[in-house]
Amino acid sequence: MLIKRNACIPSSEITDRKVWEQRRDFLRIAALAGVSLAGCAPTESEGGSREPVVHGAPIKGIVKSRYRVEQKPTDYADITTYNNFYEFGIGKSKPARNSRDFVTRPWNIQIEGECEAPGELGMEDILAGFTQEERIYRFRCVEAWSMVIPWVGFPLGDLLKRFKPTSKARYVAFETLYDPKRMPGQKRRVLDWPYREALRMDEAMHPLTLLATGLYGEALPNQNGAPLRLVVPWKYGFKSIKSIVTIRFTEKAPPCTWNQMAPEEYGFYANVNPEVDHPRWSQRYERYIGEGLFGGKHRTLPFNGYAEEVASLYSGMDLTLYI
Amino acid sequence: MVLPLSGSWRWLFKPLVFLLCLLPALRLAWLAYSDALGADPIEALLHGSGDWALRFLLITLALSPLRQWTGWGFWLKYRRMLGLYAYFYALGHFLVWLLLDQALMWETIVPDIVKRPYITVGFTAMLLLTPLALTSTKRMMRRLGRRWKRLHRLVYVAATLGVIHFLWLVKADLREPLIYAAILVALMAWRLPRLCQIRINLA
Repeated sequence: MLIKRNACIPSSEITDRKVWEQRRDFLRIAALAGVSLAGCAPTESEGGSREPVVHGAPIKGIVKSRYRVEQKPTDYADITTYNNFYEFGIGKSKPARNSRDFVTRPWNIQIEGECEAPGELGMEDILAGFTQEERIYRFRCVEAWSMVIPWVGFPLGDLLKRFKPTSKARYVAFETLYDPKRMPGQKRRVLDWPYREALRMDEAMHPLTLLATGLYGEALPNQNGAPLRLVVPWKYGFKSIKSIVTIRFTEKAPPCTWNQMAPEEYGFYANVNPEVDHPRWSQRYERYIGEGLFGGKHRTLPFNGYAEEVASLYSGMDLTLYI
Repeated sequence: MVLPLSGSWRWLFKPLVFLLCLLPALRLAWLAYSDALGADPIEALLHGSGDWALRFLLITLALSPLRQWTGWGFWLKYRRMLGLYAYFYALGHFLVWLLLDQALMWETIVPDIVKRPYITVGFTAMLLLTPLALTSTKRMMRRLGRRWKRLHRLVYVAATLGVIHFLWLVKADLREPLIYAAILVALMAWRLPRLCQIRINLA
């Protein structure tokens, strides 16, 4: 098992991990010193320190995919401590802390709506039933920061096909688990729980659209959306819904959480587009997470760099209107 | 009534307050130096400095009511220092935005100030505080005389814009900026009778 795992994981990642392990103690001392210096804990709005994160179990039989961007993947420590996952708290460092005891087994996903064979899938069926690929994707948040993430997962389309969507199935809707006892952030109504997202059928069937089960060769950490999340690399991150329990084929466009809350800020399509600003900030540039204080800003690419693969999905559409 | 820290300890008090107010900045500087600000250190510095600018603005505005409630005159001795600290953190916040976040890219900085309401109000608040910091010396106070007081009422506008800046940048959870807003409203409500009186006197 161990040999197999080594064969599947890029060597660059191992170096990252080592650096991180060494830095861990130093950071803990530094953070402690910082806190005691000011005599107060960091506030919610501050980024927060990279605390060591529990690693997920290695995923067996990962196959390398041809979808790999050239950039170096963001550090594991950054990917797992800088999360927007309001189900586990609002600050970016909260989900890592508040999701530690989140149990993701057993986990079932209901597949329902406009399909011939609705049903239920357990996480074990998903891991065994679909070839797990490693894909290194860019990830662009609507907040104008980005990461490069080595996901493990499989095309969403492969799963959808098994349930035989009918001709009425024009959209696919997703829902996150709603369980305030296990997801403490849901105790307050900051969002209209459960979190909902949706794709058009052709977007859902696109080979780039991934259901992720892991990252860096290991099972998805809780704060990153364990045990199963969506990854749509050409769209802003909020489309990539986490901890999915329901997948539903629909005829009409399903409601999406952020879109309903502020439609002028978060469109249904939410394709990464440097030409269309968020009403409150420019989307022309982004900050690469991991570059530290002096990284500056980098140009955002149309469709987050995936224009060649996906631009045709939107031909004839005015993307300044269909945001 | 016994003043806190009276008698032979009194000389220590002002430097102590000075150092205390500097601690958040020292802490941020230390965390930045030791790479312990998290995955997005620029955001951490921005939020840290912004939070403290607002806090010091509200603390400064709380000194007059505190004097009335406690009857202690010594609160006002710290008004200038705390006000200058508010400016210090606001300026730091602005410089982190300008130099690190925007990396001096004027093609985005200028449109952002003009087009983005939350940046416009934040930037205006910072601008309004600048003449107040510059005229905070005893000499300027004497030179400006009565006009000094009128000029320094701009702090009410700056604090209001600062809180609006915070409210407008939040995505979903308004709880934290609303706490600042509530404190500001309370502090301004306390001033209302007096400010109305000034209006009447001027008329």
